[in-house]
Amino acid sequence: MISLAARDIAHSWSKYVLTGIGLGLLIGVTLSMAGIFRGMVDDAQVLLRNSQADVWVVQKDTQGPYAESSSLPDDVYRCILGMPGVQQAANVTYFTMQVQHQGKDTRVMVVGFGSGQPGAPPSLIAGRHVTRSHYEAVADVKAGFKLGEKIRIRRNEYTIVGLSQRTVSSGGDPMVFIPLADAQAAQFQKDNDAIVSGRERTAANPAFNRPNVPGLLEAVQMSQTTSHNVNAVLVQVRAGWDATQLAADIQRWKHLQAYTYADMEEISVKKLIATSAKQIGLFLVILTIVSTAIVSFIIYTMTLGKIREIAVLKLIGTRNSTISWMILQESLGLGLVGFIIGKTVATLWAPVFPKYVLLLPLDAVLGLLVIVVVCTLASVMAIRAALKVDPAEAIGG
Amino acid sequence: MADNTTPAIELRGLCKRYGSGDTAVDALKGVDMRIAPGEVVGLVGPSGSGKSTLLKCLGAVIDPTAGQMFLGGEAIFDGVWKVKDLRTLRRDRIGFVFQAPYLIPFLDVTDNVALLPMLAGKSNKEARRRALELLEALDVAHRAKSNPALLSGGEQQRVSIARALANNPPVILADEPTAPLDGERALAVVKILNDMAQQHQTAIIVVTHDEKIIPTFKRLYHIRDGKTYEESVGK
Repeated sequence: MISLAARDIAHSWSKYVLTGIGLGLLIGVTLSMAGIFRGMVDDAQVLLRNSQADVWVVQKDTQGPYAESSSLPDDVYRCILGMPGVQQAANVTYFTMQVQHQGKDTRVMVVGFGSGQPGAPPSLIAGRHVTRSHYEAVADVKAGFKLGEKIRIRRNEYTIVGLSQRTVSSGGDPMVFIPLADAQAAQFQKDNDAIVSGRERTAANPAFNRPNVPGLLEAVQMSQTTSHNVNAVLVQVRAGWDATQLAADIQRWKHLQAYTYADMEEISVKKLIATSAKQIGLFLVILTIVSTAIVSFIIYTMTLGKIREIAVLKLIGTRNSTISWMILQESLGLGLVGFIIGKTVATLWAPVFPKYVLLLPLDAVLGLLVIVVVCTLASVMAIRAALKVDPAEAIGG
Repeated sequence: MADNTTPAIELRGLCKRYGSGDTAVDALKGVDMRIAPGEVVGLVGPSGSGKSTLLKCLGAVIDPTAGQMFLGGEAIFDGVWKVKDLRTLRRDRIGFVFQAPYLIPFLDVTDNVALLPMLAGKSNKEARRRALELLEALDVAHRAKSNPALLSGGEQQRVSIARALANNPPVILADEPTAPLDGERALAVVKILNDMAQQHQTAIIVVTHDEKIIPTFKRLYHIRDGKTYEESVGK
């Protein structure tokens, strides 16, 4: 038996392909939306992976350092280093800011880290790691800087000595890694006017400015202008030790909040991007409904255009199942053409998006399955119309 | 009708009523008809006389209300349909030729004809061989691979006749097959129908208004107010 659907498609292929292109663009948008969501999840996961930590120690009762702000004294890491099962513990700071590059504002996450410790940039794609204590930086290539260029962070300029790749914040902003001490200063640095007025306010306080206690005022003022805080301590666990147990021990004995990788993943992926995920999910549902409506309308219209032929086919003895199968095949064929075009355009335009778009093969397979379901549902209306056609319509009068 | 052989088709008191109660309309009021294999008869009548209703009853696309219908001596309707599958009945035992050819536009000429044997379970190869035989007999084999839209009106009608004959049915119902054709071509189509009826021993009922072709029928049924009256033209 010949394929009626294949013959019909071949007969009006230009109409079919043009319709497929329209549908394909819609499917491309849908796949891109899924890719944007996957990209957000991957951004959150890559941030955790790049930290090279097994346990994050943060301010008590917070979900820092990525989902909430967290502040810890920078000597806490010493107490943690002394705990059994700890391989390494390192201070780290994170803050987001706008930096200027070639006259344009670029949003980056500045990371303060200790050289060779957890939180340092992972493998570089160009240049070298930071080796000096001050004014050197490693930047993610997405920030747009080249080796040797200068980046201004607060009052200081840093030379880009290395470039990393896929080192981004959970929001997708590229990271710039600078020495921890510089980052601590930059994070809590006040402007000159604020420092002057703060000093005057302290000097006016008789408790800090006692005539018979020399040096007290200077000591207080110094403590107000320097920072000894960090956002988190990243801990690596010794081989054979349980990170969950270590996190529980830190919480119990050090009165701090400690999260394992799994806890942090829960916070970063499920809580931090929950609203965005819902937003994209709803958008995907709407796009799926719109696609279904469009395919239904197209297939229904194409079927109505063949009513006389369908009446003749039924009159000469064609089974209803053969006619239904023809319509279903055409609907599925349209979906397949749309999927191929959609997948192609989504792949082509993904790099143009400012944020990371991750097109997973699994999502493409799922998308194809959804399209099969959508096209099947979309053909129902047309099949019902075809089955209602009376073969007597082929006979005049 | 002077024929003692089993008729290809026979109607006895066939009735068709549309609606019920006060609004009921009797479209057929006891139609009798007997057509022998290989015979071509005309069916004429004014608009609204019941021609199309009769054709639809004969084509098993609407249900008669009462009466009997025999196909090759077998009762296919006797108050109710005696065959379970009317679709198969239409496919295998009744051929249709329409006023317009109504060829399937997305199939080429060969497949338009071969579709019926394929639907009947013949292999593609066998069905296409049968189609080509018929197209050759009807002198349209040179257009076998063409799209139907590229054929002239006469060629299209010949292809639709080939399609009607594809499963070698005992009966062909032709609904004004010469309406869109000029005189010469109309007569050519009637000649083809007569030749095919003779060759395949198919009974053909031709519904027509066409004054040019009416004299070509040996027997003519007039239908008026739901009843048929037979006239022997005697040509």
